[in-house]
Amino acid sequence: MSALTLARAQFALTVMVHYLYPVLTMGLGVVLVIVASLRLRRPDEVYDRMLRFWTHIFGVAFAGGVATGVVMEFEFGTNWAGYSRFVGDIFGAPLAAEALIAFFLESSFLGILLFGGRRVSRRTHFIATLMVALGATLSAFWIVAANSWQQTPAGFHIVRGRAELTDFWAAVFNPSTLLRFLHAVLGSWVTAAVFVGSLSAYYLLRGRHQEFARRSLRLALVFGLVAVVAEVVVGDAHTRQVARTQPEKFAAIEVLHHTQEGAPLAVVGQPLPEVLLPKLLSFMTYFDFNARVTGLDAFAPEDRPPVTATAMSFHAMLWLGLSLAAVLGLGGFLWWRGRLFESRRYLKVLYYCLPIPFVVNEVGWVTAEVGRQPWIVYRLLRTEDALSRTVPAAQVAVSLLMFVVVYIGLLGLTLHLVRKKVLEGPGDGAEEGTP
Amino acid sequence: MILDLIWFVLVAALVAGYAILDGFDLGVGFLHFVVPRSEEERRLALASIAPVWDGNEVWLLSAGGALFAAFPPVYATVFSGFYLAMMLVLLGLIVRAVSIEARNRGRSPAWRRFFDRSFAVGSTLVALLLGVAMGNLMRGLPLNARGEYAGTFWALLNPFSLFIGATTLAMFAMQGACWLAMKTEGQLGKRAITTALFAWAAFVALYLDATLWAPSDAPWLFLRARQSFAPWIPVSLMLLCVVSVPLLLRRERLRLAFLCSSITIACVVAILAIAACPIFVLCTNSVIRSLTAFSAASSPRTLLAMLIIVLAALPLVLGYTVFIYRVWRGKVRAEPEEY
Repeated sequence: MSALTLARAQFALTVMVHYLYPVLTMGLGVVLVIVASLRLRRPDEVYDRMLRFWTHIFGVAFAGGVATGVVMEFEFGTNWAGYSRFVGDIFGAPLAAEALIAFFLESSFLGILLFGGRRVSRRTHFIATLMVALGATLSAFWIVAANSWQQTPAGFHIVRGRAELTDFWAAVFNPSTLLRFLHAVLGSWVTAAVFVGSLSAYYLLRGRHQEFARRSLRLALVFGLVAVVAEVVVGDAHTRQVARTQPEKFAAIEVLHHTQEGAPLAVVGQPLPEVLLPKLLSFMTYFDFNARVTGLDAFAPEDRPPVTATAMSFHAMLWLGLSLAAVLGLGGFLWWRGRLFESRRYLKVLYYCLPIPFVVNEVGWVTAEVGRQPWIVYRLLRTEDALSRTVPAAQVAVSLLMFVVVYIGLLGLTLHLVRKKVLEGPGDGAEEGTP
Repeated sequence: MILDLIWFVLVAALVAGYAILDGFDLGVGFLHFVVPRSEEERRLALASIAPVWDGNEVWLLSAGGALFAAFPPVYATVFSGFYLAMMLVLLGLIVRAVSIEARNRGRSPAWRRFFDRSFAVGSTLVALLLGVAMGNLMRGLPLNARGEYAGTFWALLNPFSLFIGATTLAMFAMQGACWLAMKTEGQLGKRAITTALFAWAAFVALYLDATLWAPSDAPWLFLRARQSFAPWIPVSLMLLCVVSVPLLLRRERLRLAFLCSSITIACVVAILAIAACPIFVLCTNSVIRSLTAFSAASSPRTLLAMLIIVLAALPLVLGYTVFIYRVWRGKVRAEPEEY
């Protein structure tokens, strides 16, 4: 295999494993802030247990995020030296801001969140929780801003073969930053909501820790419903933004081969038989049934993204995401009818939803990143030109193998630790003695 | 021009911050089977760094991020040039991060033994390799016409650089032992003081040796010391502190001893930075290709924008770092494993 393929495989592996962790902690951080503020207003031992239990899980996931996160920063230099040289003037600034503003905040206060419960007051502990959640969200902002610049570059000019900054704010708030930031953050909120809801459903099904599980489930449903409704709106706006700013990615997403007016929407496509709804794509994109939508044929073959991977990952995200919205909506309906905790069938469905939000987030990123190919920076730098030229393929193969082995161990360990904590449970409260 | 130099200083400052802060928890890892001898003691040693190690590692991320943003060609050349070494650093960082978090979450002795070992091995690997990388930068690297590393992986493992790696390890061992001496008491505290004295002696011996060796392998680092008094400021401050460390340890003025050890580390970084300034990577086959703060800098606009970010963020960071270390001040106790 070529050094390029190996380096791309390594980046895909390391970033996809990495994202499993922050996607949970970003949302779970907000859950912790909500629980901590509820506890601050009305102290009671169920909130104590909720905070302790979800903080423990948060700690496990955060450690995984830290362990796999350093890798990401290093890889820009080790594997993508061409990229670093080309974009350092622009990409480096948000990355440095992420470290200085966001990482310091979350990592510094994490110690107090995890270990400080007995050392500091409830108020200080709440502030530490807030700072951790804020830091996580800020770090998402900066990294998404940097990645968005790769999708829709702005605020720069090309000097001596590299991109140089001309307008800091235009580069940071480039055309896709805000929508993509909201899209990613809301995705992590839905993830945390489904995660908390699913494990609560598990306890309810087992008849364990009832009060803890009921309160956690109600919290998860409120949080999840708000997030998922917002996510559907933002996701739709983001798709239309892609149509305007990256038409070839959009054409690949919708598998539109030919530029046409009144373009049909492919509701079902590969690998299933195609189902086309006439003119709907034009309407959904431009609110006009006869609008002209750019197809793949408008671009030279060497500038087109891989269609199958882009389209399939997008549709997986779409349908799985909408299913989650339906599950959360059904939960809200059952709650309203007062049958939420009685319907074992619903609780079972919710329990089995546990891995789905992680998949949805991952395939969403696949759409974003594969859909940008063959560019690493859209229409400015090709992925093949971004590689570290001096690193031999054999060395990349060695490091790729190392990451495969280490990350299998890491994922196994994380699953083991989370499972262990779930089986152990949050404790049964005052009557059985608080741990 | 002035912005380029400011960023050279800032990168050096971030490296110094990293070496001081992660220096002690890497040192604690290296000494994990030397200072603490029992299960209980190892738990205490880990408990002393558990709430803070993560924030310490962010200094590495910040230094890397600052280098990427301010001097992209240096970042690209060094990180891709040291490819396998960097991958091993990452391996070490992952392994020790996981070990610190996982160790106390299992009860069986075999589980704890496993993660004790991996914590020690991972920490040692990181400390050693960062030192080796520093040693190679002190020697200079062969670069091709595009400014990329033109040597092999094995060439990085030269005797001088390995020696600098060992010196770095001794320096972090001194720092880690001083930290443990400050944070623990009883038998464990006593052993930490003894170990700190040994590590101090090893560091001083290796450092002097490296200084005698450097004129042959890194002669360029001595040029400035002949022309200007600037390098002599950190040199004299370091002498003062390095002499104080054992005296303070013997008198059990442990916080001061840790402070002096920290200043010593800051001085080592300052001496190297002043000696090398403005050169990041000396090109050994063609001096003109060397990567300097001027030739490798990002645009003034980027440097200014980031300077504003740093000036706004760094006081905050230092402020809450001090606040957090104050929360954990005093001797570490065998507290319940988690909040």
